[in-house]
Amino acid sequence: MKLLERLQNSRNALGLAFMLPAAVLLLVFLTYPLGLGTWLGFTDAKIGRGGSWIGLENFEFLVGDSVARLALFNTLFYTVIASILKFVLGLWLAVLLNKNLPFKSFFRAVVLLPWIVPTALSAIAFWWIYDAQFSVISWVLMKLGWIDRYVDFLGNPWNARFSTIVANVWRGVPFVAISLLAGLQTISPSYYEASAIDGATPWQQFRHVTLPLLSPIIAVVMTFSVLFTFTDFQLIYVLTRGGPLNSTHLMATLAFQRAIPGGALGEGAALATLMVPFLLAAIMFSYFGLQRRAWQQGGDK
Amino acid sequence: MSVAQDKPDSQGMDYLQTLPRRWVTVYIPLGIFVFVLLFPFYWMVVTSFKPNEELLARTGNPFWIVRPTLAHFHKLLFETAYPEWLWNTVLVSVTSTILSLVASVLAAYAIERLRFQGAKPAGAAIFLAYLVPPSILFIPLAAIIFQLGLFDTRMALILSYPTFLIPFSTWLLMGYFRSIPYELEECALIDGASRWQILVKIVLPLAVPGLISAGIFAFTLSWNEFIYALTFISSSEMKTVPVGVITELVEGDVYHWGSLMAGALLGSLPVAFIYSFFVEHYVSGMTGSVKE
Repeated sequence: MKLLERLQNSRNALGLAFMLPAAVLLLVFLTYPLGLGTWLGFTDAKIGRGGSWIGLENFEFLVGDSVARLALFNTLFYTVIASILKFVLGLWLAVLLNKNLPFKSFFRAVVLLPWIVPTALSAIAFWWIYDAQFSVISWVLMKLGWIDRYVDFLGNPWNARFSTIVANVWRGVPFVAISLLAGLQTISPSYYEASAIDGATPWQQFRHVTLPLLSPIIAVVMTFSVLFTFTDFQLIYVLTRGGPLNSTHLMATLAFQRAIPGGALGEGAALATLMVPFLLAAIMFSYFGLQRRAWQQGGDK
Repeated sequence: MSVAQDKPDSQGMDYLQTLPRRWVTVYIPLGIFVFVLLFPFYWMVVTSFKPNEELLARTGNPFWIVRPTLAHFHKLLFETAYPEWLWNTVLVSVTSTILSLVASVLAAYAIERLRFQGAKPAGAAIFLAYLVPPSILFIPLAAIIFQLGLFDTRMALILSYPTFLIPFSTWLLMGYFRSIPYELEECALIDGASRWQILVKIVLPLAVPGLISAGIFAFTLSWNEFIYALTFISSSEMKTVPVGVITELVEGDVYHWGSLMAGALLGSLPVAFIYSFFVEHYVSGMTGSVKE
C-alpha cells in the first residue's frame, strides 16, 4: 500500500507508466524496424529466411545497377520539380484564399479535398484521365484542334514523369496552401497599410512584407512537403508501377519491387537505407527553420 | 485563425481594388484552381454512373451521361469482395485510431504535465518518430510481422498503423495540453485528486477539441494507408479498400473503369463525409502540427 502511494506521487514512476503503451508500440514497431532495416541492408535476407552478413555487397551492387541509379535520378527530379510547383502554386492559392472573399470557408474546405481522400483512389481517377485511348484531356485538346492524335500520357518516359508529377502536385498543393494560409492570417494588416502609405506596390508588399514574415512557416511546410514527395509510393505504384522502362521508378517503389514481389529483402532494405541521408538533410532543414522562427519571435531557446 | 478573419478591419485595403481588377487577380485564378482541384472528383462520379458503351465511345460529349446506370455499383457490391474490404478498413481504422489515441493521451500528458526526468528528450523523440516515413519502414516491418506470425491478418495493420498515428497525435495533443492552465491541476491536487483523476476529469474534458482533431486525423490517415496494407496482406478477404481496389479490380489488361471509379468513389466518401463535419478541427489539426 505504501509502495503504491509512493509510486502515485512520484513523477518519474508515474511518467514512465504513462509513457509505457506509446513507448512499447513505437520501440517494437518503429525503432526496432529502423535498426533492423539498416542491418538487413548488409545481409542477403530473403522473405521468410534470415540472411547472413555480406558487408557492403548490396550497396556495391546498387551503385553499379543502372535501374537503381535511374531511380535515384527520378526521385530527385520528381521531388525537386514537384516541390517547386507545389510551393509556387500553394503560395499563390494561399494568397488568393486570404483575400476578402464571399464563401471563404466553403472555398477553404473544398480546396483541401484532394489531400484528404485516399491517394491510391484519387490516383485511379488520374489513371483514367491519363488513359491512352479515352483520355478526356486528349479529347478536349483534339476538339480544340491543338493535337491530331491522342497523347500517350503514361506510355512514354518523359510524358509519364511529368504526368505523375502533375498528379502529385494536384494532391500536395492543398496541404501547402492551407498551411501557408494559417501563417498568412497571423500577419497583421497594419503592415500592409504602413507599406502602402510609403508607396509600396503590391509586388513590393508581397516581396518585402509577406515573404519575410512567412519564411519560417514556409521552411517547415516545405520540409514536410519534400519529405512526403521524396518517399512517395502510392501514386507511382497505381499510375505506372515504375514503368515505362523504369522511367518513373522512385527509390521507394523500386525498394518495394525488389523486396516484396522480388523477395530480395536485403537489397530492398539497402535501397530504403540509401534514402535516409536525404531525409536527414530535410529534417536538419526543418530544425533550423524552427530555430529561426523561435529567434524571430524573441524566444530564448 | 478564425479570430483574425472575424475582425471587421481584416478586409485590410481590399476595398481599394476596383471590381474588374479583382476579377482578373482573384476570382479567375481562384476559379481555375478550384476547377482543377475538383475535376478528378467530378470525373470519378461521371465515370462511375456511365454505362460501358458510353465510356468506350469516342464520339459524343464525355462530360455528360446520357443513360446513367447503377450497374458498376451493383457489380462492385455483389460480385466482388468490396463489402468485406470496407468492413476491414472500418475495423482496422477504428481500432488503430482508438489504440493510438489512448497511448497518445497518456504519453502527451506525461511529457507535457508530469515532467518526469527525460520528458524533454521523450518529446523530441516523438517528433523525430513523426518524421520517419513508412516507405523506409515497410521492409523490416514485413520481416517482423512475418516472425510474429501476424502476416495476412488485420492485427498486422492494427499494430503497425500506430507507428505513424502515435507520433502525430501525441505531438498534436501536447500542444493542446500546454494551453490548459496549470492552476486547475494544482487546485485539484490540493483537494486530493490523484493524477489519474486529474487527467480524466479535468484535462481531457478541456482538451476535447484536440481529441477530435487527433481522432479524425488518425482515422483518415489509417483509412488512406496503402503501403503497409499492400505489403502485409495477401488474401483478398483481408484487404482494405485502397489496396483491394488497386489489386483485385484490375484483371489483366481489361480495365473495368466503371467499377474501378465506383470503388474509388465509395472508398473516398466516408473520409470526405467525416471531413465535411469537422473541417475546422481538421484544419486546426493539420496546421497545428506544422506550426508547433
